[in-house]
Amino acid sequence: MRDIIFKRIITLILPFIQLYGFYVIFHGQISPGGSFAGGIIVALGIIAYATAFGAEEGRAVLPEKVTTWAESYGTLWYGLLGMVGIVKGGPFLANRLAGIDLGVPGTLSSGGLIALLGIGVGIRVASTMVTLFFTMLEEEV
Amino acid sequence: MNLRTLLVLLIATLAVYVMLGAAAELPPYGVPDSPAFNQLAERYVGKALEETGVLNMVTSIVLDYRAYDTMFETIVLFTAALAVIVALKTGGETGGKR
Repeated sequence: MRDIIFKRIITLILPFIQLYGFYVIFHGQISPGGSFAGGIIVALGIIAYATAFGAEEGRAVLPEKVTTWAESYGTLWYGLLGMVGIVKGGPFLANRLAGIDLGVPGTLSSGGLIALLGIGVGIRVASTMVTLFFTMLEEEV
Repeated sequence: MNLRTLLVLLIATLAVYVMLGAAAELPPYGVPDSPAFNQLAERYVGKALEETGVLNMVTSIVLDYRAYDTMFETIVLFTAALAVIVALKTGGETGGKR
C-alpha cells in the first residue's frame, strides 16, 4: 500500500486538497458547501497523508497539541461571537438584530458574523475528524 | 429466560409500539397541506437573503436562524471525540497497559 507512487501523488495533491477545503469553509456564505463540508475536506487531506506515510508521519503534520487546542477553543470562539449580540444589545448569537453590517450579498464579506462562525465550525469539524482517525489508528483494540 | 430479560423485552416492545404509533400519525410526505409547510418555510425562502445577507440559504439557516442549534452540534462533535478517546485510549503515560 505504501509504495512510492501513492506517496508522491499524496504529497503533490495535499496542498490542493487543503486549499480547496479552506476555500469551501471561507465561501460558505456565497457558494454551495459550507463549514461542515469544508472541515471534512481539510480533515480528509490529513487522513490521506497519514494513510500513505503512517500514523507517526501524519501526526507530525498536525500535532496532537494543535488538535487539542482546536477541540478546546472552537466552541469557545463560537460562544464568544455569540456574545457580540448581547454586548450590542440583542439576543445571543444575533446577527442583523444586533445591528451588524451585512455587506453586499454575493461578496466574500457578506453575512456579518456568519463567515466568522463558519470558520469556528470548520475548525471544530476538521479537528474532530482528525482526532477520531488518529485515536482509532494508534490504539490497538 | 430470566426475569431481567423478560423485563427488557417488554420495555423494548413497548418502546417500539410507541414509536411505530407516532410514525403512523405522521402526515404523508410531499402533501401541500401538511403542517411542515407553514409560514416558517415561506419566511426562509422569501426573506433569507434580506435578513442575513447570504446567498447560500442552507448557510443562512444553519449559521443564522439556527445558530444556537449549530453551537450545540459542535458540542455533539466534541462529545463523540471524547467518547472515542475514553473508550480507546489505553493511557500510555500512566503506564496503564492493558
